[in-house]
Amino acid sequence: MGINQEVFALVYLAATVLFIFGLKGLASPKTALRGNLFAMIGMFIAVVATVMNPEVRNYTWIAAGLAVGALIGTTVALKIQMTAMPQLVAALHSFVGLSAVLVALGTYFAHQDAGHLNTTLMVELAIGSFIGAITFTGSLIAFGKLQGLLGSNPVVFKGQHFLNLLMAVVMLGFGAWFVIGDSLAGFLIMTFMALILGFTLIIPIGGADMPVVVSMLNSYSGWAAAATGFTLGNNLLITTGALVGSSGAILSYIMCKAMNRGFISVILGGFGGDAAAASAVPAGKGVKSASSEDVAFMLENSSKVIIVPGYGMAVSQAQHAIKELYEVLAEKGVQVKFAIHPVAGRMPGHMNVLLAESEIPYDSVFEMDEINSEFSTCDVCFVIGANDVVNPDAKTNKASPLYGMPILDAYKSKQVFVNKRSMKVGYAGVDNALFYYPNTSLVFGDAKAVTEQLVQALRGTGH
Amino acid sequence: MSPTMIGIYVFVLSCFVGYHVIWGVTPALHTPLMAVTNAISAIVVVGAILVAGFHEGEGQLGLIEIIGFFAVALASINIFGGFVVTNRILAMFKRKK
Repeated sequence: MGINQEVFALVYLAATVLFIFGLKGLASPKTALRGNLFAMIGMFIAVVATVMNPEVRNYTWIAAGLAVGALIGTTVALKIQMTAMPQLVAALHSFVGLSAVLVALGTYFAHQDAGHLNTTLMVELAIGSFIGAITFTGSLIAFGKLQGLLGSNPVVFKGQHFLNLLMAVVMLGFGAWFVIGDSLAGFLIMTFMALILGFTLIIPIGGADMPVVVSMLNSYSGWAAAATGFTLGNNLLITTGALVGSSGAILSYIMCKAMNRGFISVILGGFGGDAAAASAVPAGKGVKSASSEDVAFMLENSSKVIIVPGYGMAVSQAQHAIKELYEVLAEKGVQVKFAIHPVAGRMPGHMNVLLAESEIPYDSVFEMDEINSEFSTCDVCFVIGANDVVNPDAKTNKASPLYGMPILDAYKSKQVFVNKRSMKVGYAGVDNALFYYPNTSLVFGDAKAVTEQLVQALRGTGH
Repeated sequence: MSPTMIGIYVFVLSCFVGYHVIWGVTPALHTPLMAVTNAISAIVVVGAILVAGFHEGEGQLGLIEIIGFFAVALASINIFGGFVVTNRILAMFKRKK
């Protein structure tokens, strides 16, 4: 290792530290932008240092790749709607996965050319490639489900888990053939099997479990980067991969806990969709419905209102209308707070981003643990596009599939209005006991349309 | 210690650093956390650059260059896409009132 290599190692260390400061910045919205800047600087110096490495002997394709990636990445990031963030994140995970596969393949050819292959390296290449491949196709499926290209219902069949296990074993077998026999065919077949495995591992997981899946794939993309770091003997990649990997793992854990589901049971899939249907709600028991005028009247005469947004708000792009509702009520002296369940939406923090997009101040937005004690003191709780996360069955009905899941205590409010498009069940496929509570009325209609009517009604009545 | 063993040390210790840093992230910023981890996991670009620049001589195009080009391009989409979208989201949280 010459003096130059030591300098490169130092630059990579600086990049590592900048990444850690970048993540640390996200502890608060006040420091987050600065943190992102740190991370960008870290990435910039890592790329520049790598390009200056004497092992890099031509620049044509590096420059071309960077230019194409910069153009596509920047364009997409500037144009994407905030409601589509889960899809974007899933798509980006798939790119990291595929890139890791290509790096493993390219590194193999390069080392073969230079005659530098050895067993350790080949084991590392095999691991890097199959983690990358699983991340790639798994993320594509997640993307397809989130984008609505594929049905969000879980796809399950008998013997599925056994088949996956069998494929994993066969995949490792081909990996071993690659390492022991220096067989390119072994490498390619192993990678191909991993691509199929990524597909079959994600299809049984239903739409409601997507926050866990997206977090899990986030984690995989980190492990893929770390594995690539081992093949290159590069500590920057190992560290960064470990940071991202543990980030995704922690998010998966938080999401699972918020749904009271075991991680294993989520990855085995099959939850949600048409299969589950148990509910304690007696048949024939009626629900009350309210018009938007009724709701507007109640809201206007409240002193404290809590709004519970859910995925339905994202689907109908209602966040800007909700911001107007927030403003009208604030003008009338009504205190408005927002309550966010950890799994509301399709990815961690999804609702917070949409509310921030519509310029609702983040100090009016509260996490479940912060606000749950306040429902009993609020006059009106307005549930908009959320369902399972306010289902009191999760607390009281042991027969419910939701039992044990922490919920927002909307049912404790004096009056609850639930906006729904129809009486269809939520993603868990269970009826919601809250709809039948005496203090609950349903407001049927599209989230955005209903919210706009409320704003109109409130503006119209004056003071 | 072999380089692989050193790598394992670095890896395990980094997981602990990650554990502590990530638990400090406020839940409201979990989406930008995913977006920024997306961007930095594209650090595989380092490997991609080494592949794409492996052969001497500008402009020649072999299998290694094709693989390297696509690897660099995919990782760069992540870098730019991830950082730009994180910036966009965080700017929304910033403009309070």
